[in-house]
Amino acid sequence: MIELDRIVKEYQGRRVVDDLSFTVPEGAFCVLLGTSGCGKSTTLRMINRLVPFDAGTIRIEGADVREVAPEILRRRIGYAIQSTGLFPHWTVEDNIGTVPRLLDWPRNRIRDRVTELLQLFRLDPEAYRHKYPHQLSGGEQQRVGVARALAADPDLLLMDEPFAAVDPVTRDALQAEMARIHQATGKTIVFVTHDIAEALRLATVVAVMDRGHLAQWGTPLEILENPANEFVAGFIGGEASGVQLLALRTVAERMRPGEGAEGKPVSPDASLRDALAAMMARHADRLPVVDGGGQRLGIITLTDLIR
Amino acid sequence: MTGTRGWPQSIASPVLWVGVLFFALMLGMPQTAPLFAKAFPQVVPPVFDRDSFFALWLSHAGMVLAASAAASIVGISLAIFVTRPVGHDFRALVGTLATIGQTFPPAAVLALAVPALGFGPRPTIVALFLYGLLPIIENAIAGLDGVPAAVREAAQGMGLSPWQVLRDVDLPLAAPLMLAGVRVSVTIAIGTATIGSTVGALTLGTPIFDGLAASKVPFVLQGAVLVALFAILTDMLFARLERRLQRPGMAPAG
Repeated sequence: MIELDRIVKEYQGRRVVDDLSFTVPEGAFCVLLGTSGCGKSTTLRMINRLVPFDAGTIRIEGADVREVAPEILRRRIGYAIQSTGLFPHWTVEDNIGTVPRLLDWPRNRIRDRVTELLQLFRLDPEAYRHKYPHQLSGGEQQRVGVARALAADPDLLLMDEPFAAVDPVTRDALQAEMARIHQATGKTIVFVTHDIAEALRLATVVAVMDRGHLAQWGTPLEILENPANEFVAGFIGGEASGVQLLALRTVAERMRPGEGAEGKPVSPDASLRDALAAMMARHADRLPVVDGGGQRLGIITLTDLIR
Repeated sequence: MTGTRGWPQSIASPVLWVGVLFFALMLGMPQTAPLFAKAFPQVVPPVFDRDSFFALWLSHAGMVLAASAAASIVGISLAIFVTRPVGHDFRALVGTLATIGQTFPPAAVLALAVPALGFGPRPTIVALFLYGLLPIIENAIAGLDGVPAAVREAAQGMGLSPWQVLRDVDLPLAAPLMLAGVRVSVTIAIGTATIGSTVGALTLGTPIFDGLAASKVPFVLQGAVLVALFAILTDMLFARLERRLQRPGMAPAG
């Protein structure tokens, strides 16, 4: 659990973070969302004290972050950034082993941990451990960057726009991996992005920030359905936010049980966006809903999507 | 290429041949006397013989080594200091002082240093030291500034202490540029050290100045050729060292 309590940060007399308070629950995937200059990166970097704050308190598991030396604090918190910051003169193995080495893990344990993490990110350990960063693709570098942040198994992971600089296809794959890893590890993650789709896809809770203030705090669904003010409504796309909403709701929520239709079926667990895409691809305004076991459950129609 | 088949690679290296030429000329200079006697019949003796060229070289190299080692240690330390947050305010000052050291003519430094340090190698070492600082400081600062900000941020964010960031990130990444600065400085010092002979230091410049004073052109040639070969050989050895220092993970310097 991370608590920010009335945090203030000033740069040359200008308040970039102004009286900000929120609490990230244990195991949450919290996305700080906002335009550039809204203070979201600064907020993230105050949690691991890369940026000092001027007033207020930040507590992790109830302990004030200023109680321990910054180096000691940071070794317990994973940190991944947009440009990866991989050490160009170190191999993948040495890069991932950075924090375990700082913590004096025995060499065997570090090697095993590197193997485990490379497998977690679906990189062949023997092919990759001795490569240098410049021999990797952008997506691979980003995977190694996140693996490095996870190396010492921190309970908390801070990520600053980690996927902003990779191509859309790679970004999609990385987001899927991130969601999988969050579910598998149950770590608390604070993730900064300006990409609304990325936020809605990954977050269990979203903090929308505007000029150093918290504009809204809620689940992706709450933010889309009830934007707190003009700024949030504008940010999530105004009328277009309905399209984003489709990605968050499942076919099961809108289908008509019992009825039947012809055509290729969709799963009840599929998102409404997938259902819409399937309808457009097949030029159909209704699709049968069939579960994994082949059981016919009902149908979903175009009208159901826009209800 | 078939001619070098089976030979060690070093046989084909220009460094080896320049080295052989340099040492052969230095040790065998007295044997060239008939050649010089033929070309300059009025000069007697035809080869500089007040000291052996080997003794001149040892003294010359010793002064360059002392001055350049001191300039490297002081220059790199200053560069590290002014690129840390604590030394930031001194950065402009250090740059200015180094530039003054470079623009102040070494001959003038010698003239000023002799009353304080006496004749001999000591004023020469001081002049070489001051003259050699600038390229070392400038390159070291450029190397440290060139460390990508993201790499330093990641290092700090993972919990490396300031000392660990310097040792594990800044120094290895800046090393190739630092070495390039030392290389320039040493090469300049080898040429500049010759003027030490005007204040009584033994250098390969001694035959040059003796030759100028007594209008003995062969002496000037003998000293000048050896100084040039010494400088070229040293530069080539540094180039080798630079290639070796190039980390496998880093793109070639360019």
